[in-house]
Amino acid sequence: MQKLLLLGDEAIAQAAIDAGLTGIFAYPGTPSTEITEYVQHSKQAAQKKIRAAWSANEKTAMEAALGVSYVGKRAMVCMKHVGLNVAADAFINAGMTGANGGLIVVSADDPSMHSSQNEQDSRFYGKFAMIPTLEPSNQQEAYDMVYYGYELSEKLGTPVLMRITTRLAHSRAAVARRPELPQNELRLPSDLKQFILLPAIARKRYKGLIAKQDIFIDEAVKSGFNKYLEGSDHSLGIIACGIAYNYLMENFQETEIPYPVLKITQYPVPRNLLERMVNECDQILVLEEGYPIIEELLRGFLMKCLKIKGRLDGTIQRDGELNPTKVAQALGMEVTPGAEIPSIVAGRPPSLCVGCSHRDAYNALNEALAEYSKGRVFSDIGCYTLGALAPFDAINTCVDMGASITMAKGAAEAGLVPAVAVIGDSTFTHSGITGLLDAVNDNTPITVIIADNATTGMTGGQTSSATGKIEAICRGVGVEEEHIRVIKPLKKHHEENVKVILDELNYHGVSVIIPRRECIQTLNKRMREKAKTTQSE
Amino acid sequence: MKKDIILGGVGGQGILSIAAIIGLAAVEAGLFLKQAEVHGMSQRGGDVQSNLRLSDKIIYSDLIPIGKADMIIAVEPMESLRYLPMLAPDGWLITNTQTFVNIPNYPDKDVLMAEIGKVKHHIAIDADKIAKDMGTLKSANMVVLGAASPFLDLSYELLEKAIGMLFGRKGENVVAVNLQAMNAGRDFALNALKS
Ligand SMILES: Cc1ncc(C[n+]2csc(CCOP(=O)(O)OP(=O)(O)O)c2C)c(N)n1
Ligand code: SF4
Repeated sequence: MQKLLLLGDEAIAQAAIDAGLTGIFAYPGTPSTEITEYVQHSKQAAQKKIRAAWSANEKTAMEAALGVSYVGKRAMVCMKHVGLNVAADAFINAGMTGANGGLIVVSADDPSMHSSQNEQDSRFYGKFAMIPTLEPSNQQEAYDMVYYGYELSEKLGTPVLMRITTRLAHSRAAVARRPELPQNELRLPSDLKQFILLPAIARKRYKGLIAKQDIFIDEAVKSGFNKYLEGSDHSLGIIACGIAYNYLMENFQETEIPYPVLKITQYPVPRNLLERMVNECDQILVLEEGYPIIEELLRGFLMKCLKIKGRLDGTIQRDGELNPTKVAQALGMEVTPGAEIPSIVAGRPPSLCVGCSHRDAYNALNEALAEYSKGRVFSDIGCYTLGALAPFDAINTCVDMGASITMAKGAAEAGLVPAVAVIGDSTFTHSGITGLLDAVNDNTPITVIIADNATTGMTGGQTSSATGKIEAICRGVGVEEEHIRVIKPLKKHHEENVKVILDELNYHGVSVIIPRRECIQTLNKRMREKAKTTQSE
Repeated sequence: MKKDIILGGVGGQGILSIAAIIGLAAVEAGLFLKQAEVHGMSQRGGDVQSNLRLSDKIIYSDLIPIGKADMIIAVEPMESLRYLPMLAPDGWLITNTQTFVNIPNYPDKDVLMAEIGKVKHHIAIDADKIAKDMGTLKSANMVVLGAASPFLDLSYELLEKAIGMLFGRKGENVVAVNLQAMNAGRDFALNALKS
C-alpha cells in the first residue's frame, strides 16, 4: 500500500481506523488533539460509522470507551498527560476490570511544557494500573503498535496504555499501512460479573491482575519491540526508551554504535534484558524522555550503584525534553553550536488575538476590581489564561481544569471576599459544574465569570459541550436566576459590563456572569466556510 | 543528499505551508522526510518554528541537532536570528525583511538588519513588498520559499508541482498566484547570488 505522510498523532488514528475501531473518545489537549480530529475528518472512518465526537472530559471519555470494550468492540481514548489525572479513577479501575474488546488509552506527554502546566510522565500511570504500556519511538512504530496493542488487549483481557510525547505526536513522517480489519461483533464478557468491582470480586480480579504481570513481561520480550543490540565495546551500555532511541541513532549516522544498546518501547520491562546489560557493561547510560523511571528502577532506593549515568547524576539535565544534542553531550561527543542569538532578539510570548472577547471581559473586570486590593481572581486553563500577562495582569491562579471556582470558594470561605473565578465555557463543563454546586450548597460569596466564546479555543476551536447550556446548568445547580447575568464583551458595552460585575461583587452569595461572544478565530473560520459554500451553490 | 531546515516565523504567518510544499516535493523526489511542527499554545502571535529534515538516507531524529542546520528559512527577520545557534557555520539564512511588531521591545530595524548582515551566507528579501506589488500580499511566504529554492537541492519543477498539489483545491488562480510569488522570490535570490 502507498505510504502516507502522517503526524505521530495521525498515524495512531489511521491505525485505529484500519484495525477495526468502533469508537474513539477524547477531550482535546495538546499534543493529543489531532488523533481524534483525524478520525473526525476521515472519510474512511465515516463510512465505517466510527464514533468520534468530543466528550465533556477525560473521565467521561475513559468510561465510555470502557463501555465499548465491555460489549466486545475496539475503543480508543485520547488525552494529554494531565487528562490522565482526570481519568485516573476510571483508568486504574479499568486495569482491575480488564478489557473485553480491545482498549487502548493514549496519553500524550509534553516534556519541556510547550503547552502544559507540568511534565508528568504517563509511564508511571501504566505501572500504577499494572497494565502493559507501549512507547513508540517513531511514527511507523506508533502505527504498528496500535495493531499490536489491540491484539494484546484482547488476548490478555487488559487495557493497554500508549504513551507518546510532543515530538512524536507533532512530527510528520511516511507511514506504511496494513490491511484493514473489520469491527468486532457485539460480544459481552463471558463472565457477566467481570466488571463488578465489589470487594469480593475485586479481590479476585486483583489476584488475577498480579498473576498476569509475568505474562505482560513475557509479551514485552516476545513482541520484538524491545531490542537488545549487540556491541563490541562493553565499557558502556545504553538504554534508550521510546523516542530517545532516535536521538541516539541520530548521533551514529556515519558510524556503527560500538556499545550494546537496549531499545525499550514496551513495558513492563523484562528484567533479564536489564540484567544482561548490567552484567555485560562497565557503565550504563539511561536515555528516557520524561522522568528517570528506568534509571530509578536500576539504581534502587539506596542509589549505591555507581555505574549508572542519566538524569539523576546530572549527566543529562533533570528537566526538559531530550534532543539529539543532549544525547551527544551525554555520550561525551563534541557539540559545536552555531552563532549565539544576538542580544537584541526579544521574547515573543503568545497573546490573546486582536478582537478576542476575553480582552473586553478582562478590561471590564479589571475596572470593577480597581477599588479592591489585588490578588482575588482565581482563573483556569484556556486562552483566557493569557489574561495573566501584560497588559491585563488580571488573574492570580491557573492550576488545573476547574480549580478556579473551587479555589475561589475556599479563599472566600477563609475570608477573601469578594473572590472571583474566571473560567471558560469548555472548562466549565469539563470540571466546573460540581464546584459550582459546592458553592451553591454552602452559599459561598463568589462571583463566577464563565467566559463563553462558544468553543474550546486554546486547543484550536473544537466544539464545546457547554454551548447553549450554561444558564440552564447554572439554574439547575441552584444559582438564583437574578444572579445569572449575561453580558456582551464589547468595547461599546464596557460601562454597563463594569456595572454588572460591580453589582455581583457586592452580592453576598453565588453569582454567575457570562460574557458571551464567539471566538474570533472560529467566527472567521465559519465565515470562510460559509463563503465557500455560497460560492459553490 | 541531506537538508536540515529550520523554519521560523510568527503564528499565522504560514510557515507550515512552506514546510508542506518542500515536504511534498521531497516525497515526489523519493527522499525520506521528517517534519516537526508546533501546535497549540505558541500560535497566538507567539514565535513558531518547525524542523524540516530531508535525506536520501533514513532519518532518525525529528529534531535537528544544534549547529547542524543547513538552512534557516524565516518569514520574519527577528525570528530568523532566534535560531542562529542551530545553523551550521556554512549554512544559509534566508529571511523576509518585513518586521512583525507585536511586542513593545521589538529591536530597531537597522540594528536587526546589521545582525542579519553578519551571517556569512544570507539572503534578505522584502517578500511582503514583492508580494504586494504583485497584488498578492498573502503569498509573501511563497516569495520567501522562492528565495530559498536555489539552496534546497530539489528540482524547481518539483516545487512547482507541489504548489499545484497543495493549492489545487482552491482553484487555478490561487495556484498561479503562488507560482508567480515563488518565481519572484527565486529571481531575487539568483540575482543576489550573481552580484
Ligand atoms: C485536564 C486537562 N485537559 C485538557 C487540557 C487542555 N486544555 C487546556 S485549555 C483547554 C480548553 C479551554 O477551553 P475554554 O474553557 O472554552 O476556554 P477558551 O480557550 O476557549 O478561552 C483545553 C482543552 C488541560 N490543560 N487539562
Ligand atoms: S483563539 Fe479565540 S479565544 Fe483564543 S485568543 Fe484567539 S479569539 Fe480569543
